[in-house]
Amino acid sequence: MSLQALTYLVVGASFALYIGIAIWSKAQNTGDFYVAGKGVHPIANGMATAADWMSAASFLSMAGLIAFLGYDGSVYLMGWTGGYVLLALLLAPYLRKFGKYTIPEFIGERYYSNTARIVAVICLIFISFTYVAGQMRGVGIVFSRFLNVDIGTGLTVGMTIVFFYAVLGGMKGITYTQVAQYCVLIFAYTVPAVFISLQVTGIAVPQIAFGSEISGGSTYLLEKLDQVVTDLGFAAYTSGTKSRIDVFCITAALMAGTAGLPHVLVRFFTVPKVRDARASAGWALLFIAILYTTAPAVASMARLNLTQTIQPGPVGAATGNLAYDERPQWFRNWEATGLLRFEDRNGDGRIQYYDDSNDDRRVQFEGYGWKGNELEVDNDIIVLANPEIANLPDWVIALVAAGGIAAALSTAAGLLLVISAAISHDILKGVLMPHISERRELLAGRIAAGVAIVVAGYLGYNPPGFVAQVVAFAFGLAAASLFPVILLGIFSVRMNKEGAIAGMLAGLIFTLGYILTFKGVFFPPLLDNTPDHWLFGISPEGIGFVGMLLNFGVAFSVSRVTAPPPVEVTQLVERIRVPR
Amino acid sequence: MSRQGDVRAYWRANLRLVGLCLAVWFLFSFGFGILLVEPLNRIQFGGFKLGFWFAQQGSIYIFLLLVVIYAWAMARLDRRYGVEED
Repeated sequence: MSLQALTYLVVGASFALYIGIAIWSKAQNTGDFYVAGKGVHPIANGMATAADWMSAASFLSMAGLIAFLGYDGSVYLMGWTGGYVLLALLLAPYLRKFGKYTIPEFIGERYYSNTARIVAVICLIFISFTYVAGQMRGVGIVFSRFLNVDIGTGLTVGMTIVFFYAVLGGMKGITYTQVAQYCVLIFAYTVPAVFISLQVTGIAVPQIAFGSEISGGSTYLLEKLDQVVTDLGFAAYTSGTKSRIDVFCITAALMAGTAGLPHVLVRFFTVPKVRDARASAGWALLFIAILYTTAPAVASMARLNLTQTIQPGPVGAATGNLAYDERPQWFRNWEATGLLRFEDRNGDGRIQYYDDSNDDRRVQFEGYGWKGNELEVDNDIIVLANPEIANLPDWVIALVAAGGIAAALSTAAGLLLVISAAISHDILKGVLMPHISERRELLAGRIAAGVAIVVAGYLGYNPPGFVAQVVAFAFGLAAASLFPVILLGIFSVRMNKEGAIAGMLAGLIFTLGYILTFKGVFFPPLLDNTPDHWLFGISPEGIGFVGMLLNFGVAFSVSRVTAPPPVEVTQLVERIRVPR
Repeated sequence: MSRQGDVRAYWRANLRLVGLCLAVWFLFSFGFGILLVEPLNRIQFGGFKLGFWFAQQGSIYIFLLLVVIYAWAMARLDRRYGVEED
């Protein structure tokens, strides 16, 4: 069977599975639709949370990012897992005890204010749509590379599947499809990782292979990698180039942002008990850690494979570089997508891949007759191209395609659900039409989900030029707005409406303003995005951490000089602090 | 003790536990993985430099351990103070 037919078969089978689950788990009422009737087993919820959380970015882009960033890539590894400690210890159990349907609803009741609720809805919708656009791009890449359909058709198919189970099944449908999607994606991620570990080091467990000697030599993988990349002028793999303070702040912003992401938080509303919410966070982190400890191993091996493919001989030797005419098949496949580009600057018919911005080595490289780096590699292709680079069997490649789609669809569905719940439950029922019947609210939720899917599809087909930039927004905003307000709502009885709103606005405006200054997005950036212009040397990716501190400071100060919250709210806080 | 008093003591015990866990969380990620990464990198741990290992592997195992320990310890606290769910 050809690779393409096999891919259609595997992806098609996974789609059939998701649709089957959607029909089996149709939502009957708003409780099912928003929180799966609060009847999800903690292990199932752990898997669903993991699939919800691990997006196209985790599955497709993260290992590639780390491969090129080396040590600096640790910010994603620690940031996106360490947030679960905050979630499990500081938020999840209490939100479960609160026992309602949405995050803005918690904020609205705790701060006895519809204004606070609406500010929260705005943050939530902004964060979630940003994220969805990224997922859709992931679906588009997989479809166009592996199924040879145009992106529009690919998106339509993906959207139809999500429409089916999100609109029909609501949270209940999404939960059980996410369980299936987790299984598909983790299998698709680990199988090629095991194969590659075996090839590179002869050891099957990627986490151990990562620290082992490479096959047929007596050098450690990481030692070899450091040597190979520094020979070509790149920074050593195990020591980064970002400043210490920036690494610190980015990690902190990603952690707090993770803990403040509404589509992850809402998953903890779906389990039966407070105890289950705590346990479920543990299961979720276990399922996530399997991928997150594998990814850096894959990243290092992929970087080594790639570098040695392009530079098979000694650096500087006339025949040390790969001749373009002899490039392998995977190289040709990815060139066709435009994500891998070669330009023969010195006209020698061979590929030079090195760091041409390294001033200390410029003279040396020019001495070889090199006239600049000739290869552009997009981060996103590393995971997808890995099985091809390592010559793995066709079924593994088909599996990776299905895994990438599973990762993107599961996250997209979770996000679409929080968007629709915010519209039907927080805006419609909470503010505009408090007396709406449950049947009509459910219908409104379904319509909102449908509309959100169409908007997401549109964003995927016409990705706004700033998708990559706005990812910093999603985490920075979650860290600077939602996370502190929810945290203070639980841990500070004295925190009041004025403090919370002032804090949220301060965090939001500061973070948004800082990111816009350097990234522009809607207009040309006001300042160059370089360390000399940054506040305390903190990049826009890490500024959410400062925004968060600002939020805490402002909320605290304002709350001390305004009236304490009413007694019902004090009782609410005391009630959510104990399981019974 | 009154229910009120129990609840207060339960909350204080919870805060102590959370504080302890977060101190460990900070030490292994921000401490060993970021602030102290260079001195730790002088120590070789198998094929890893130790600081690099904490940043890309070790911290994640510690996070997992912390969440599991917290869930277990809180279930015990719930029972000791009689606030567990049925």
